[in-house]
Amino acid sequence: MSAPSSTLFTAPPEWHWLIIFYFFLGGIAGGAYVLGALMDLFGGLQQRPLARLAYLVAFPLTVVCGLLLTADLRRPLRFWHMMLQSETLRPMFKAWSPMSVGSWALLLFGFFAFLAFLGTLAEDERWRWRGLARLRPPGLLGVLVAVLGGLLGFFVAGYTGVLLSVTNRPIWGDTTLLGLVFLISGASTAAALLALLGHRRAMTGVHALERFDSVMLVLELVALIALVVSLGGVARLWLSVWGALLVVGVVVLGILIPLGLYRRSLRFGDATGVAAAALVLAGGFLLRVVIILSSEGA
Amino acid sequence: MAQAMGFFTDTTICIGCKACEVACKEWNQLPAANGGANTLSGDSYDNTRRLDGIHWRHVKFVEQFTPDRSQGRWLLMSDVCKHCVQAGCLEVCPTGAIIRTEFDTVVIQSDVCNGCRDCIGACPFGVIDINPASGTAQKCTLCYDRLQVGLEPACAKACPTASIQFGPVADLRKRADARVSQLQNAGETRARLYGADDKMLGGLNSFFLLVDRPEVYGLPPDPRLPSRNLKSSSWLSVIGAVVVGVAGLISFRTRGSRA
Repeated sequence: MSAPSSTLFTAPPEWHWLIIFYFFLGGIAGGAYVLGALMDLFGGLQQRPLARLAYLVAFPLTVVCGLLLTADLRRPLRFWHMMLQSETLRPMFKAWSPMSVGSWALLLFGFFAFLAFLGTLAEDERWRWRGLARLRPPGLLGVLVAVLGGLLGFFVAGYTGVLLSVTNRPIWGDTTLLGLVFLISGASTAAALLALLGHRRAMTGVHALERFDSVMLVLELVALIALVVSLGGVARLWLSVWGALLVVGVVVLGILIPLGLYRRSLRFGDATGVAAAALVLAGGFLLRVVIILSSEGA
Repeated sequence: MAQAMGFFTDTTICIGCKACEVACKEWNQLPAANGGANTLSGDSYDNTRRLDGIHWRHVKFVEQFTPDRSQGRWLLMSDVCKHCVQAGCLEVCPTGAIIRTEFDTVVIQSDVCNGCRDCIGACPFGVIDINPASGTAQKCTLCYDRLQVGLEPACAKACPTASIQFGPVADLRKRADARVSQLQNAGETRARLYGADDKMLGGLNSFFLLVDRPEVYGLPPDPRLPSRNLKSSSWLSVIGAVVVGVAGLISFRTRGSRA
């Protein structure tokens, strides 16, 4: 008789809805910044409004993420213990602890998201201090803000999956693919949100986002299949309501149907892209629900 | 550093009296029940059920009975934090609240912990939990305060059968080896040590003598550090970031129309 997975003998950390929303919104914030930076650096003038929209989304969401994380602590007033040693006030940093690195990354990402946000307001002429527009490319300072913030955006979108894998909980600790899945899903949901908002404002460049999101959805599907395979016998935990939600909510409603709708939208230029984007967002949220709660309940 | 101290728990002589649980609660001033609410397991004489933030010692009642209860046996084991030489909780703690002491034990500093609960999921044994009274993660300290003044931990002091033995880990290992030999010579061929050598997480400073497979006692057969996944998980994410970046570059680039 083969021994059961050792992850089945551990206790759940009780990361529930606040963390689920953080993982979802953090993925969108990081992904949106990355997309904004890519459009800034490689796109043309017609994509500049969408890039600005990306930065307008990224910073407020990052603030919400910080609040969600703080509220989830059992001692919220000690949130700063993540950054400073409480007795010596020296920096608290562990390169081998994803939560420690993630706390710093989120802080730094918030800083760059704030700079890009200010730059966007200035460029949009919603801000009196027009000099702040230099925080946007093509100037050197703007390129620096876009590149460094973009790299941190990648980190914020993906480290949450790595954090889960660096535990001993069932499913989370039984695979090394969660970081990859969350990163792709973060880029996908960010593209979907920007496409949704872009459609409402009839912005140009939305179809480029839909093309990009279609590629992300295919990658996400492949990564999800690899994830299930990598779980081995522990995947049996998904022979439950969680597995059904994964297949119906995440794969069918959140990936396959949007892929078809995007295809139609790109072909005929109609508004089916709106429905596709909304479904992608719902699927991205359900993905976090399934990953987190199926392990919490195991 | 003082020499490594720990527990050797011989489950074969545990009588399930729970004196260790009571002594632990008394010394560490842990509440008897969570918020005053007594909860009964309903399917066992063991109503403590598991280690958590207010139960730092737990006597497990493993009840192996046939359906008609004509045959059976009790396996009793006083479970506790293993004070791993390579401790997963200490590894992931982002605040530095979890420290290794001069006795090679692992202690959570309650005044530093902010209740993020990363250590709970990282512990391979499910030992740690939040104490609702403090809002911080808590577990056995191996009575760090008693050790500092030369006293033995409260649970070992209270154990009436010497099922829980306290001392330098090197001495305890010799005693445990002798006890296993004694049991095997007496015909109990299933007797084995769990966590006594350094193959398991560098060695468990709190190790056990069992007479069945570890999973029967609710112990993981192959406990490992959470960081085993760190490198591969990170690299896969980096590869994912490169792929997403390239996909974005191809999707958003404009041919000859840049400003």
